[in-house]
Amino acid sequence: MMTTVSRREFVTVVAAAGGGLLLGYRAEGAQRAASTATAVATAGTTAASFAPNAFIRIPPDGSVTLVMPQVEMGQGVYTALSMLLAEELEVAPGQIRLEHAPPDDKLYGNQFFGEQMTGASSSVRAFYEPLRRAGATARAMLVAAAAASWNVDPASCRAHKGVVTHTPTRRSLTYGVLAARAAALQVPDKVTLKDPKDFTLIGTPAKRLDTPGKVNGTAQFGIDVRLPGMLIATVAASPVLGGKVARLDEQKAKAVPGVRQIVRLDDGVAVVADHMWAAKQGLAALDIRWDDGPNAKLSTPDIVQGLAKASESPGVTARKDGDPESALAGAAKKVEAVYEAPFLAHVTMEPMNCTVHVRKDSCEVWTGSQALSRARAAAAEVTGFPLEKVVLHNHLLGGGFGRRLEVDYVTQAVRIAKEVNAPVKVVWTREEDVQHDVYRSYYYDRMTAGLDARGTPVAWTHRIVGPAIIARYLPQAFKDGKDIDAVNGAVQLLYDIPAIQVEHVRHEEPVLNTGFWRGVGVTHNNFVVESFIDELAAASKQDPVAFRRTLLGKSPRAVAVLDLAAREGRWGKPLPSGRGRGVALLYSDWSTYLAQVAEVEVNASGDVRVHRIVCAVDCGRIVNPDIVKAQIESGVVYGISGALWGEVTLKNGRVEQSNFHNYRVLRMNEAPQIEVHLVRNGEAPGGIGEPGTAVTAAALSNAIYAATGKRLRKLPLQSALALAAR
Amino acid sequence: MDLMINGERRQIDVPSDMPVLWVLRDVLGMTGTKFGCGMSLCGACTVQLDGQAIRSCVTPVSAAAGKAITTIEAIGATPVGKKVQAAWIALDVPQCGYCQSGQIMSASALLARNARPTDADIDAAMAGNICRCGTYGRVRAAIKRAASEASISGRGVR
Repeated sequence: MMTTVSRREFVTVVAAAGGGLLLGYRAEGAQRAASTATAVATAGTTAASFAPNAFIRIPPDGSVTLVMPQVEMGQGVYTALSMLLAEELEVAPGQIRLEHAPPDDKLYGNQFFGEQMTGASSSVRAFYEPLRRAGATARAMLVAAAAASWNVDPASCRAHKGVVTHTPTRRSLTYGVLAARAAALQVPDKVTLKDPKDFTLIGTPAKRLDTPGKVNGTAQFGIDVRLPGMLIATVAASPVLGGKVARLDEQKAKAVPGVRQIVRLDDGVAVVADHMWAAKQGLAALDIRWDDGPNAKLSTPDIVQGLAKASESPGVTARKDGDPESALAGAAKKVEAVYEAPFLAHVTMEPMNCTVHVRKDSCEVWTGSQALSRARAAAAEVTGFPLEKVVLHNHLLGGGFGRRLEVDYVTQAVRIAKEVNAPVKVVWTREEDVQHDVYRSYYYDRMTAGLDARGTPVAWTHRIVGPAIIARYLPQAFKDGKDIDAVNGAVQLLYDIPAIQVEHVRHEEPVLNTGFWRGVGVTHNNFVVESFIDELAAASKQDPVAFRRTLLGKSPRAVAVLDLAAREGRWGKPLPSGRGRGVALLYSDWSTYLAQVAEVEVNASGDVRVHRIVCAVDCGRIVNPDIVKAQIESGVVYGISGALWGEVTLKNGRVEQSNFHNYRVLRMNEAPQIEVHLVRNGEAPGGIGEPGTAVTAAALSNAIYAATGKRLRKLPLQSALALAAR
Repeated sequence: MDLMINGERRQIDVPSDMPVLWVLRDVLGMTGTKFGCGMSLCGACTVQLDGQAIRSCVTPVSAAAGKAITTIEAIGATPVGKKVQAAWIALDVPQCGYCQSGQIMSASALLARNARPTDADIDAAMAGNICRCGTYGRVRAAIKRAASEASISGRGVR
């Protein structure tokens, strides 16, 4: 069974077991690696562990610890990454112990970001080869150690399930016995990776390693941290971004039994108490009055107006094929549309939380983060301590969806903890979580297409209006005013149209913080692109699947998933009245091809019910087909919630939604049957955590069109449908 | 105040209106029961009170006095809970896992009173448990799997 422990806890465990000293850490960041080794060494461990790289550690007891460079937030990455290591290392999943990696960009950085970050459906893509290489390196050294001890040719030895066997004589030695000897060997520069045809683990539906702890209450999320003397705080930040505390009643709050301390920040207040109940009651008793500041009068229509105005001017061109202007001028028919997508909250099941202990000259942080090094840096910045004085313990994440790519909640918790003479766990209420999210931005898109006399598209222009999240989040990737996220899923348009222009008009509305939401830029762009191509199919009086197919002559993988989804989704087969099927196709920089057929019903009172979702997925080489299916199922459910009902609105600067009663998400009784069909091939692995979400809105909208004849161009669909029915 | 939690008598000194959730998590350190909404909207905090699934975030501790509280930490000790956990593992239901304590407590309460639930029974019992990872299809399948194993062993006894 897997257990996850933080590095500090690990040190204790190993020391107790009399286990190993970290040797031979082959690190590009030698200094950092050395300090890690020192930390372990000072814990009093002396025996020799085998640790040829930062991901694998085998002490003499033969246990196999794999260090996870990406964080587990439900996407199954601890299992998938372990499979990559175990495949080449030749250990069985049952032998594995997992450990959260500490923050260290040099050792654990994700090549897509240049830092230790989990997001953008990148984990398997980023680590497919590096982890296999790490596993193969370790295996080669263990085999070499065994061969040396027998004085035989390593080629005559075979590793399997943590044991090296000399095939001709059937002598064998376990990895634990070999650890010390292997640790003394030079780490080879070159190793041979397995031929995929020899895989025994990769490609199999291996059981998730994190399930047992998640069914008996032992899994430790950030919110579950307990420390001696720890206090609990809850917080209210200004309900309007940029506002400040005007006045409050400290005496009333302090009168609540269990309340210990009120911490005033300029933009918020925290109540520190013995437990959450006292903290919550104390916060209510404060009766805070706010000075709302410059955003006090802003509401959603003001923001939309700003975006609409910005959409009248050209933006930065992200793709240009041919001459769209003259192609449009010469077209037999011109189709134009405006699409809108609202602000969205993430609403992870585990509300934002962070536990911090600020001591005289050091700081310790316990949390769940998708961006560990940023979380650590945030604590260093607030405390003024050097990075090495900040220790960060990561945990399982009770949902990420992009929310935990931000470290605002870490910064805030450290600001609070600086004022508290004890470790303090800062826990947001659900209301705080919904009203102080880093939201998916509002987007406003202008589409234009030209069709020739036969209804074939001859021109396509797509103008996206919204912020440049990348400019804030990954400024080094923001070049020449081009935001790769804002246009993701739009610039990769697969349809064979001779004249294409995709532009982004950067327009920031600083009334809400905005960031990444599951599916990132693709979620919004796929809705627009796949709705609009459906509009073109209708304008040329063609079947939506057939129409797409004729435009995909250069994309056989796209055709394959489209055909598979259409077949399994019973495309074209009769349906009862009130029901309709819609299709959508997705391709973006995740390199995954996904086609979805959605079947919906719109009842007499106009309520949308999703009955069936069929997805056909080609994500290249599959590490674990069951996890891929789970991720598509998951993405679809998340996508349905967002597409049907998801909407954060502002009134006088305040977010109007607060909890699950007015930020509706899909429930069990509303969940459709979801089928996932996988295409197997040997292409490079594609991302899988987000495509299911990103493809769903368009498929649903197109299905509603099929069911009702109403073309919805604004999300969320349920309220757009109500408006269209008026 | 005396509470009976997972078969153990626990003496605690807390305000009588304090929700069971915070007694479990912050006073007794039993963190398997999760905080999700504080308003009985999401089911993450579900525990059983005399076998009934209840939302501990809105249940004052005074209402639990004299009754048996069962949490995720001990549900595996009940025959139904054990089958539910086994079914959850067999189908790899959890993703992030944060809502799963509540899902399992609701499912176990359902199966304890209804050994062969229909889809409608499952909907009614589970609609109050939100999962943002979208594990609903697997939760449903796992409940059916646990139910079929319950009935198989039931036949064995007969």
